[in-house]
Amino acid sequence: MTHAIEVRNVYRDFQQRSAMAGLRHKVRAVDGVTFSLPAGDVLGVVGESGCGKSTLARLIMGLLPPTSGEVLVDGRSLSGMDRRERARMIQPVFQDPYSSLNPRQCIRDIVGLPLAAQGDQPKARQADRVMEMLARVGISSEMAERMPGQLSGGQRQRVAIARALVLHPRIVVCDEPTSALDVSVQAQILNLLAELRRELGLTYLFISHNLAVVEHIATEVAVMYLGRIVEQAPVQELFRTPTHPYTKALLASVLTPDPALGIPDVGLGDAYPDPTNIPPGCRFHPRCPSALAKCATTMPDNIRKDGRLVECLLAVPA
Amino acid sequence: MTPVVPDPVLSVANLRVSFGQTEAVRGVTLAVARGETHCLVGESGCGKSVTALSVMNLLPRGIARTADHLRFQGQDLLGMSERQTARLRGDKMAMIFQEPMTSLNPAYTIGSQMSEVFERHRGATRRQAMDRAAELLARVGITAPGMRLGQYPHQLSGGLRQRVMIAMALMCDPELLIADEPTTALDVTVQAQILRLLQRLQQELGLALLLITHDLGVVARMAQRVSVMYAGEVIETGTVAEVFAAPTHPGMTRTGEPLGNIPGVVPRIPLGFIGCGFRDRCTLAMPECAQTVPLRNAGGDHFYLCRLPPDWKRAAAA
Amino acid sequence: MSAIVIVQSRPARRWLPAFRHLATMLGAVIIGAAVLVAIFAPYLTPHDPFAQDLNQRLIPPVWMEGSQPTHLLGTDQIGRDYLSRLIYGTRISMLIGVLTVITSGVIGITLGIIGGFYGGRTDDVVMFLITCRLSIPLILVALTVVALVGSSLAVVILTLGLLLWDRFAVVARTTAMQVRNLDYIAAAQAAGASRLHILLREVLPNIANHLVVVATLEMALAILLEAALSFLGLGVPPPLPSWGLMIAEAKEYMFFSPWVIMTPGVALFVLVLGINLLGDGLRDLLGADMRR
Repeated sequence: MTHAIEVRNVYRDFQQRSAMAGLRHKVRAVDGVTFSLPAGDVLGVVGESGCGKSTLARLIMGLLPPTSGEVLVDGRSLSGMDRRERARMIQPVFQDPYSSLNPRQCIRDIVGLPLAAQGDQPKARQADRVMEMLARVGISSEMAERMPGQLSGGQRQRVAIARALVLHPRIVVCDEPTSALDVSVQAQILNLLAELRRELGLTYLFISHNLAVVEHIATEVAVMYLGRIVEQAPVQELFRTPTHPYTKALLASVLTPDPALGIPDVGLGDAYPDPTNIPPGCRFHPRCPSALAKCATTMPDNIRKDGRLVECLLAVPA
Repeated sequence: MTPVVPDPVLSVANLRVSFGQTEAVRGVTLAVARGETHCLVGESGCGKSVTALSVMNLLPRGIARTADHLRFQGQDLLGMSERQTARLRGDKMAMIFQEPMTSLNPAYTIGSQMSEVFERHRGATRRQAMDRAAELLARVGITAPGMRLGQYPHQLSGGLRQRVMIAMALMCDPELLIADEPTTALDVTVQAQILRLLQRLQQELGLALLLITHDLGVVARMAQRVSVMYAGEVIETGTVAEVFAAPTHPGMTRTGEPLGNIPGVVPRIPLGFIGCGFRDRCTLAMPECAQTVPLRNAGGDHFYLCRLPPDWKRAAAA
Repeated sequence: MSAIVIVQSRPARRWLPAFRHLATMLGAVIIGAAVLVAIFAPYLTPHDPFAQDLNQRLIPPVWMEGSQPTHLLGTDQIGRDYLSRLIYGTRISMLIGVLTVITSGVIGITLGIIGGFYGGRTDDVVMFLITCRLSIPLILVALTVVALVGSSLAVVILTLGLLLWDRFAVVARTTAMQVRNLDYIAAAQAAGASRLHILLREVLPNIANHLVVVATLEMALAILLEAALSFLGLGVPPPLPSWGLMIAEAKEYMFFSPWVIMTPGVALFVLVLGINLLGDGLRDLLGADMRR
């Protein structure tokens, strides 16, 4: 079966130049990630700063080449595609609606860019498709002549979604699409994304640090930590029965509006993850409340069981 | 007829602030007791940040604030000269902003920025100030504080910078800390750590905390009292238990969430506006809402700004 | 959503913003007048600027004794009407200003955008070229060129155009570097846009504001440099009425007939002032919408 996205053992390094002595740190932002995403699913990727989820998003979009490993879209290698073909397969929706639209272009041109870049349809037909898509995301036709500066955050994000969908791609990579929006607007945009997925049969890769949002929209969730996926499971299972200590800590840290409870102590201590300095053994062990002595020296294996994945020495394989 | 707080650290009565033709704050009254956390909640544009800046007298030049009284530990803040206020700021009254990137001066090291506050207010030597800074960095969970003191803001991640801001605010053992969305930009695990730290400080030092946030989870878990703002006014206030148990103002949805998915945007209130700022979005608005709205009591310390009686929901359901 | 920026400014005088506005208007008026004078020069000049009349040498301008109404600004040392020469001189200055800026602009912006956007080795090459350019002494190059090719208006324009591109390059590079990390660039790449499209339609329009300001400054610089070169005999050849040349020719008569040297000097000053005022005003106007 051909999956919509297949990521095989992908690594991505960055050279970080230190200002003074010219020392170069190698930062391994993505450290061997492998997963496949069936068509029509939504994979939510969660994790905190420095975990590599944004870099992973760009790798999957083809905006960055992997240092090693490969990305397959619909069974075909992403690096082998030319820019037009790739554009037809996979499109992004970014986090910041204020920087994801060119402030010097009108809405119509912004949404029409992917069509213009393909260059295989007459202008009139392109214009029609643009208006069609704008209507679908709830932007009235009179707004098509306006500039992004005249639109609100929520409206801009709708425009960004229209742009992403105008080529009818197979896959949409959403990188924190609601994080920069007002709380009242977030729900609207999420609902729009969910609706469009059903209508158009899309596959989403949904990056977010907001677990509530992910629970709402994802079918499967992968938890990233310092460049690797440490746990992956269908959404309800992950939230109900998390296995990896990091996942548990993450879920426990989310503050629900219950006045009877206080601020939880999730046992992570005061240390924080530093991608330039990945600990030996299990990368989570310095912060893990359940760490054993061997966690500092032994890399945990990937344990797959019942459609779930976890990378922890404490998880007992079947 | 407002909640009476005995011996408050901060007492604000009927604060009003106008920007040109717009009234940003229209009669805000609140008080924060020693060791207490009082949350100020509301949608963006409701005036909560302006309220905080008014207390600290950090409004842009030419913007006037008026109030029946504005007192810190009984001292009148309104009549104070800029010099006197400057003496309090950073010392007994401290403020943390949302964006640590713009609040930390990129041209100076962390250490020099932190020690400057201490040297100025306590007349300490550089060495004493640096020691204190290192101590506080350790307290907010920053490892290798000595090294961090010599670093520049751009060398630290967002989470670290925010911790530095908090440490800096605590240098002189303030009695009042005003925090404007201090954890919004942080990962959820870091947020839990920071909030726990603040709670510890409240217990140990009696720190009074005015916490501005839009996150109801933070409010529920952290605060004792909450004031909900809309269009420059406090529309509902009380203890967290009371307000979450029975949100009364029509702008609050059933789950205690202020102004959840009600369509429309927060209006700009022009000078001379009378009546309820919510009436254009309210399904129960009547002609009387264009006149001065009464402050009503829903039991105990729970007050709200509306002509409707406290049990209107039950009456409406019947 | 966004943090409030706290501006603790000194008490801003009421008249300061109005003054700036006025200054920009003044600059615009000056430039506008210069453009009109340059275009309609043949219709405005009372006399032929090249016509010599040795009987009418060094007649003072109207506000001094001994003047003649036919020569409002007097005449120079070989009897040419000064007003006419001044007017034609405007043509030369404006021509030099505009053509130099266009030439150096195209070179500098192209280099700067490519270096700034692509970074890495490409950027290293561009930086190297800029550094080389900055190490070249302008006057010596002009000297060499004139010695090889002789001096003329075209030579001046070409020399200045090929040498004054560095500020364009630096500004284009810095702004392109800032823009390349923005999401709309990534979105354009994901949309399948070609590299050329991205540079011309996504990057360039968003850095244009800064470049316009550089253009006004470079124009002022080009005009001053041409005057300096002409003064040294390396620029526009006589009898063309370049203001710099007029100043050079008037050197000997400076103490006895001061207007001969003052008139072109003042004209130069006013024109460059006008360009700088306009440039400042543009920076304020356009800069305001850059700040988010």
